Amino acid sequence: MSDLAMLRTMLLIRRFEERAAQLYGESKIRGFLHLCIGEEAVAVGVSAALEPDDNVVSTYREHGHALVRGVGADAVMAEMFGRSEGCSGGRGGSMHLFDVQHRFFGGNAIVGGGLPVAVGLALADHLRGVQRTTVCLFGEGAMAEGEFHESVNLATLWHLPVVFCCENNLYAMGSALTRTEANTDLVLKAAAYGLAAWSADGMDVRAVHDAMRRAVTTVRDGSGPVFVEMRTYRFRAHSMYDPELYRSKDEVAEWKHRDPIDLEVGRLRVDGLLDDAGLSALQDDVQREVEAAVLAAENGTDEPVEQLTRHVYADAAEEVRS
Amino acid sequence: MSITCRDAMREAIRQALIADDRVFMMGEDIGAYGGCFAVSKGLLAEFGPDRIRDTPLSESAFVGAGVGAAMAGMRPIVEIMTVNFSLLALDQILNNAATLRHMSGGQIGVPLVIRMTTGGGRQLAAQHSHSLEGWYAHIPGIKVLVPATVDDFRHMLQPALDDPDPVLIFEHALLYNAEGELSDGPSPPIDKAVVRRAGKDITLITYGGSLAKTVQAAELLAAEGIEADVIDLRSLRPLDDATYMASVRRTHRAVIVDEGWRSGSISAELSARITEGAFYELDAPVGRVCSAEVPMPYAKHLEEAALPSTSSIVAAAREAMAEDA
Repeated sequence: MSDLAMLRTMLLIRRFEERAAQLYGESKIRGFLHLCIGEEAVAVGVSAALEPDDNVVSTYREHGHALVRGVGADAVMAEMFGRSEGCSGGRGGSMHLFDVQHRFFGGNAIVGGGLPVAVGLALADHLRGVQRTTVCLFGEGAMAEGEFHESVNLATLWHLPVVFCCENNLYAMGSALTRTEANTDLVLKAAAYGLAAWSADGMDVRAVHDAMRRAVTTVRDGSGPVFVEMRTYRFRAHSMYDPELYRSKDEVAEWKHRDPIDLEVGRLRVDGLLDDAGLSALQDDVQREVEAAVLAAENGTDEPVEQLTRHVYADAAEEVRS
Repeated sequence: MSITCRDAMREAIRQALIADDRVFMMGEDIGAYGGCFAVSKGLLAEFGPDRIRDTPLSESAFVGAGVGAAMAGMRPIVEIMTVNFSLLALDQILNNAATLRHMSGGQIGVPLVIRMTTGGGRQLAAQHSHSLEGWYAHIPGIKVLVPATVDDFRHMLQPALDDPDPVLIFEHALLYNAEGELSDGPSPPIDKAVVRRAGKDITLITYGGSLAKTVQAAELLAAEGIEADVIDLRSLRPLDDATYMASVRRTHRAVIVDEGWRSGSISAELSARITEGAFYELDAPVGRVCSAEVPMPYAKHLEEAALPSTSSIVAAAREAMAEDA
C-alpha cells in the first residue's frame, strides 16, 4: 500500500466517522457509537502489513478496522442504520461489524472478549498447517481483564500465529491508564508471558506500518505470537454520551497537534507527492464514497419483523460458512 | 456387554477423533493426568498432544479458543472439569458462542461441543456440586443435552459434533460409574425426550442424574398401585414439548424432578409450559421435586437432605395422586 493510499484510507475513516456522528445527531444511527477519530493511523498501518487472507478480530471501536479490511463503507453505514444490507444484516450495529468474506470476525463489545476467539482462529490454522496471521485488536483497558492474560499465555504456550495489537489511547472509557494499572508499562507486562513485545507511535501511520510488518514477519517465521502496543489518542468522546469530565481540553488540544492525517499530509507535501489540488481531490473522493454510502443506507431495506428469530440457530437454508 | 457411562463417553470421543480430523479435544488435565474423571484416560497416548490438548487453568481462554477454532471450521470438544468452573468461561459461552451467529447476521457458525460434569452427591460442597444446566438452557443460541443412560453417553456426542451450533453436554458425575447394556438399535434424535417407563396414572418428568432415582420411585409407586410414566427429557434446550405434553394429557398429573434449585429453574419452565399447554387436562397441580435453596452443604446428611431423593419423589407423586379427579 502506497503512502498516498494510506493517507486516502485515513481520510476515508475520518470522513466516514464525522458523518456518522452527524447522523447520530439526526437519530438515523442509534445505540452506542464509538469513534476512532485520532486513531486512524493504527487501523491503516496495521492493515497495510497484512495479507487479504489474514484474520482480524476487533473491538466495539471498529469502523476503521472494518473499512481498512475491505468491508464496504456502504455495508458498514447500512449496518449502523440497522438495514438488511448492513454487513451484519442489521443484527449487530456499530459495535458488531462482521464480514466473513474479508475474514473480519467482529466487532466484540465485551472488553477482552475477542482475545480467546483470536487464539482459537490461530489454533485452527496451526492444526491444519495453514500459513495465516490472526491479528487481535484491543484497547489498553483489556489488559486489566483476565481474558488478556489467559489468552496471551495460551497463545505463547502453543506458539500460535497471533499478533496481539493493543491500541493504547490512554483511557478505558473514562479511566486513565494511570488510575487502573499498577504497572503502566504495557510492553513489559506483555513480555512477562515470554513473547516478543514492542511499541510504536500510533499517531504515525508509517511507524505503525513498520512495527506491524515486523510483528507479522516474526509470526510468519513461526516464532510464536507478538504483542505490539500502538500509542495513540482518541480525539472524540468515548461514545456519544460522554461529557469528557476525566480529561482536560488542553490535553486533547495537545494531542490534536499530532493528528495522524496532518502528519502524513505534511510529509507527502515535503516529498513533493501531494499538493493542495491533490489533497482536495482525495478529500472529494472520500466524500463521494461516504455520501454514496449514506444514500444507500437511507434507501436500504428493513428486514421484515416476521424474520425476527432468524440467525439464532442454523437452519437448512443456511450453511455454516467457514 | 455391560459398560459404564465413563467408558461409553470415552468410546464416543475416540470414535469421533478417528472419524474426523477436524475433531480435537482440549481442557484441564485431560491428557497427562487422564481426565479428572478419567473419561479421557488413554486418549493422549492414542491421539497425541495436538489433538488431546492439556490447557492451562484458563477456562475463558480455552473455551474461547474452542469458539474461534469452531468458527474456523474445526470441531473442538472442550471439557470443563465441573459446571461451577464453567462460570469462569461464561463470557465466551454466552457473549460469543451463543451470540455470534445472530450478531453476524448468520455469517458465523460455532460448531463447538462443551462437555462438563454437573450435580451433587459426592460431598464436594458448594463450589463443585451444583446443577446449572437449567441456567444454561435459558440461553438462545446454544443447545443443552443431559444424558442419563449409557446409550446416551455413547451416542449423543457425534450428533452434537455434527450440529452446526454450540452444544453443551452436562454429565452428572455420579453417572460415570453407572453401568448398563448398550443397545443395538439407533438412538433417538438428541432433541427428543424418551419414555423410560410407561404408566397411565402420573407423569414423572426428569433428566440426567435424577433419572435413576425417578425410575426407582416409580417402582415403589407401582407397588402401591400407582403406574407412573417416566419421561427422560435428554435435552433441556430445545425442550421436546410434544413428548411430555402427550403423557400429561394422558395421565392428567405431573411431577417434575430436577436437581437444580427450584426458583427460576427448568422445572419452573416445564411447569409453566404444562399449565399453558394442558391446563384443562390437569387433575392436580403440577408438582416439583428440586434441590433445597441452599448452596450445597458438605455434611453427608445435609447434602442428602438438599438433593431430590427417591422418597421425596414418591411423596410428591402421592400428593398429586391424592387430588380428586
